[in-house]
Amino acid sequence: MERQELKNIIECLLFFSDRPLSIDKIGKIVEIDNCDEIREAAEELKKEYEIRNTGLQVLNIAQGYQICTKSEFSSWLRKFYKSQTTFQLSLPALETLSIIAYRQPITRAEIERIRGVDASGVLGTLLGRKLIRIQGRKKALGRPILYGTTQEFLRHFGLKDLSEIPSLEEIKPQATG
Amino acid sequence: MDYTVKLEVFEGPLDLLLHLVKKNELDIFNIPICQITSDYLNYIKLFRRLNLDFAGDFLVIASTLIHLKSRMLLPSIETVEEEEPEDFQLELATRLMEYQKFKEAASLLKEREALQKDIYGRLPAIPGDEDYTIEASLFDLLDAFQKLVFRPEKEVREIIQEDIKVEDRIREILNFLEDRKFVSFETIFSGQKTKRLLIVTFLALLELVRLKIVFARQARLFGEIRIYRAKRESVAQS
Repeated sequence: MERQELKNIIECLLFFSDRPLSIDKIGKIVEIDNCDEIREAAEELKKEYEIRNTGLQVLNIAQGYQICTKSEFSSWLRKFYKSQTTFQLSLPALETLSIIAYRQPITRAEIERIRGVDASGVLGTLLGRKLIRIQGRKKALGRPILYGTTQEFLRHFGLKDLSEIPSLEEIKPQATG
Repeated sequence: MDYTVKLEVFEGPLDLLLHLVKKNELDIFNIPICQITSDYLNYIKLFRRLNLDFAGDFLVIASTLIHLKSRMLLPSIETVEEEEPEDFQLELATRLMEYQKFKEAASLLKEREALQKDIYGRLPAIPGDEDYTIEASLFDLLDAFQKLVFRPEKEVREIIQEDIKVEDRIREILNFLEDRKFVSFETIFSGQKTKRLLIVTFLALLELVRLKIVFARQARLFGEIRIYRAKRESVAQS
């Protein structure tokens, strides 16, 4: 298969899909085992979109690729489709989520120890939103539930994968409260 | 008339403590315990006066602070077994440092969320048979079950005790799935008139999910749940 043909197929798949498509998934569809070949084609497609300067962009998020609109056109889309609301998380939810993202798998007690407050309500919200999931149980007294982040977490924050969040050592506490 | 004021300024005791440290431009590793204790307690008094619900979590730190303060005020007598106030202080400082980092991490996430919120992908198409791709979690199943159980019964009837075992329902569900690809969550429960039958059916379904003989899928969050029979090869795949 020629490179141009592969790129066109990938473009069709991304155009059609309502969620990020992984290299693996694309590979299965186009029947190519060579991951690098597909990744290169997808990256080339991404660059072409950048150069073309249209309303769309190819994003590398949640361990996959997706064709999305650009943020500067969001107001027009909201006008077109009123019920398309994107939720934003509360501060307690964000704090809890960041603790889980860095320390996963982690138990509720460990989260509460860091934040100093009860976390059960927030965990329920995050589970409902599928931003976190139960990863199993800790081999400790009481076999407490372990929580971890999901693909939806990566998608919600536009992250390629977990390595994209800055390491805790890099985070410099700011002087403002 | 009662007015209830709800301010969610502080996320918890550590947040409040961190606020006090920053407000007074203190060094986390060298907090003047006397000053911070009285500041902290003043805030708690304020919470009370404003009639704010404050959790017991705030009191744990308060008592730690008071304990520290009293230890520092009293003349030191050589005691071997008790922990030094410095240990408490160090522990508190370490916890504050850690909390501060996650607070910062949360604000970084918030920035990313704001960047992402105006970027739209394609909306899910109207689901067809094949597009039930979201794995329904145990919580989704429980939610759906709750809706069924608390649906008001249409008429009052005589109670006939029916003895049906979970194993029987399992076999019935599997039979049902024999000649079709999937069955909706609602359909499985539709013929079950009593709560007891609903529960037995639900238990049967949970058991089948646990044994990975069937799997539950949704087309979108909070959407309809469909139960699929797992094929042998798809068990190995997922």
